[in-house]
Amino acid sequence: MSLLIKGARLWDASGEHGTADVLVADGRIASLEGGEAERVIEARGRYLLPGFLDLHAHLRTPGEEQKESLETGLRAAAAGGFVEVVMMPNTRPPLDLPEAVSGVLRQAARVRGARARAAAALTKGQEGKELAELRLLAEAGAVLFTDDGRTHEDAGVLAAGLRYAAALGRPVAVHAEDAGLRGDGVAHECALTEALGLPGNPAEAESARVARDLELLRMTGGHLHFQHLSTKSAVRLVAEAKRRGRRVTAEVTPHHLTLTVDALKTLDPLFKVAPPLREEADREALIEALAEGVVDAVATDHAPHTQAEKEADFLRAPFGIPSLEIAFPLLFTELVEKRGFPLARLVAAMTDGPRAVIGEGPRRLVPGAPADLVLVDPRERRPVDPSRFFSKAKYSPWAGWELLGWPVLTLVGGEVVFDRLG
Amino acid sequence: MRHLLDFSGWERAEVEALFQTARAMKEVLARPIKQVPALKGRTVATVFFEPSTRTRISFELAAKRLGADVVSFSAQSSSLKKGESLKDTVLTLAAYGVDAFVVRADAAGVPHQVSRWVEAAVINAGDGWRAHPTQALLDAFTLTEALGELEGKKIAIVGDILHSRVARSNAELLGILGARVWLAGPPPLLPRRGGFFGARVSADLEEALSDADAVMVLRIQKERIPGGLLASEADYRAGYQITEERLSLAKPEAPVLHPGPMNRDVELEGPLADGPRSLVLAQVENGQAVRMAVLYHLLLGRAA
Repeated sequence: MSLLIKGARLWDASGEHGTADVLVADGRIASLEGGEAERVIEARGRYLLPGFLDLHAHLRTPGEEQKESLETGLRAAAAGGFVEVVMMPNTRPPLDLPEAVSGVLRQAARVRGARARAAAALTKGQEGKELAELRLLAEAGAVLFTDDGRTHEDAGVLAAGLRYAAALGRPVAVHAEDAGLRGDGVAHECALTEALGLPGNPAEAESARVARDLELLRMTGGHLHFQHLSTKSAVRLVAEAKRRGRRVTAEVTPHHLTLTVDALKTLDPLFKVAPPLREEADREALIEALAEGVVDAVATDHAPHTQAEKEADFLRAPFGIPSLEIAFPLLFTELVEKRGFPLARLVAAMTDGPRAVIGEGPRRLVPGAPADLVLVDPRERRPVDPSRFFSKAKYSPWAGWELLGWPVLTLVGGEVVFDRLG
Repeated sequence: MRHLLDFSGWERAEVEALFQTARAMKEVLARPIKQVPALKGRTVATVFFEPSTRTRISFELAAKRLGADVVSFSAQSSSLKKGESLKDTVLTLAAYGVDAFVVRADAAGVPHQVSRWVEAAVINAGDGWRAHPTQALLDAFTLTEALGELEGKKIAIVGDILHSRVARSNAELLGILGARVWLAGPPPLLPRRGGFFGARVSADLEEALSDADAVMVLRIQKERIPGGLLASEADYRAGYQITEERLSLAKPEAPVLHPGPMNRDVELEGPLADGPRSLVLAQVENGQAVRMAVLYHLLLGRAA
């Protein structure tokens, strides 16, 4: 179907490009100067952006479809303006076999939603002991390797993985946390959580592990990607490594950019996440690092669980916050609107930044470019209403927050996968 | 007050009003017939997701002495994990028309969660490392009986501070009452980020005991301290056991408190536990009166 999006302001990672009448046909941007189309959308006052790529989402398939399915997860992503989602491999069983990766990709391709990309386990069973079949996994479609959710206590295995992945042209993504320092911690270790009686997970569990892993990278070469950085000292280490020319990239999550450990005063496991919500100084450092490009990408770490699981007690409730559907409006409102964070930089962190991590080129709104697009409304203010989420996780730490910048239309390869225009 | 979860937002006047009621309850307990019908027709549920015989008995007796009906539920949180959830359990009990929930759990915040799910009053009977407010109330009540006003008094709390809800609740409450609280213990068992509720934290037992008006000793149980943070009871005794000699650093006559159950000759030298400075049995007696006062305030305060 052809589509004409009239009068929207065009933004991409390089900035604003004025208004245009964007004609979409045959899955591509056909023209910026209008033309005949089967459907015409009046988009004056709205922003048209390249669709987002999420490097880090847990779609729980196979094995934990009670938490999320490919259908609900990829539709939730589309509703959030994402055109591509990298699915984490910590499923049941973990995605550590080539046929499992190709199988889940085949299944995902049938969903009308965001396009699925697969991350595969770096080690068998994500146990951190023996490398998985990295070459075969790459051939099956894995865009990166990670034992996300687990930590690499055996540095030798991670080093071998970095070397092998480098030869395959894939990054290794790590959940950088020292398991010993983290212990049974369920919350950022600070004066507040000590008063609250919550077992602490110190900032140094992350920064010490980032420091170690950067030393490994220096030794092995290759491309190391840090998932969900949460601390000031960790981003400082990454900045330093980047200055030295290391091939290192990093992501931050919407929750670490907008929430702090103060939210734990309610003792509500809704805010229980790994790595934990940190202090205001950390949040500021993450925002600054995102602005400066020390952090390459916003990644959701969308981690849905059932309502009942999140209503267990704070020690037993699982870690995780879902955010696919609100990541962009949340950051548009909290960073761009409230703090003057450059919109082009936010767009970059959700498009070209994460694309580069998995070796994909930048996206520009020019004729011939794939029509992976999102139209957002920068003005309509609407509260977060988790009951309307496509995701199975119908709760949110941001429930009730009044946000701007909601996606109203998402196109994947020119096909409408989300439409709130009515 | 609507619930008793912890002492955030509490003021001294509320504590004093509660103590006044507790004194009246003590009079009731001194009578041959130790019961008044104040809460007749009300139902109190003790819901324990962590075993505790003493606290449960104290609460159940307190409720019965006020004429309330008592139902009790107990299960390990771990056994709840598979089937029925915490919330299901609580909502089921609530459907019976329970007026007050007395909740004990091994995780911080469970009573707070319960208070969001039910209309009834919720009393925290100990949640993980977080709080044990009725223990702190009975401790402060007992201290007030022994010392008078607590304003400016130095109270040393000694033991495994990091994992102790008793230390947290006492620091919180005694702070509200104007006392100077010192928390002392072996460094691995102390708060790591500066401590809580304005209390001083010290690994130096002598400094903490010096001139103290009272000493509160916490239970040390090697098996229950996670992470290999305590090598042995002998190692603990060598540095932190409260002995006659160490107690001489405190003010003469300074009383010794212990929340029980005691590990005799570990955290506290045996003879001290039974000696004239020990307030251990007074604490138990006062515990019942204080819990009666809490139930009375919560259940009748609401009706009014």
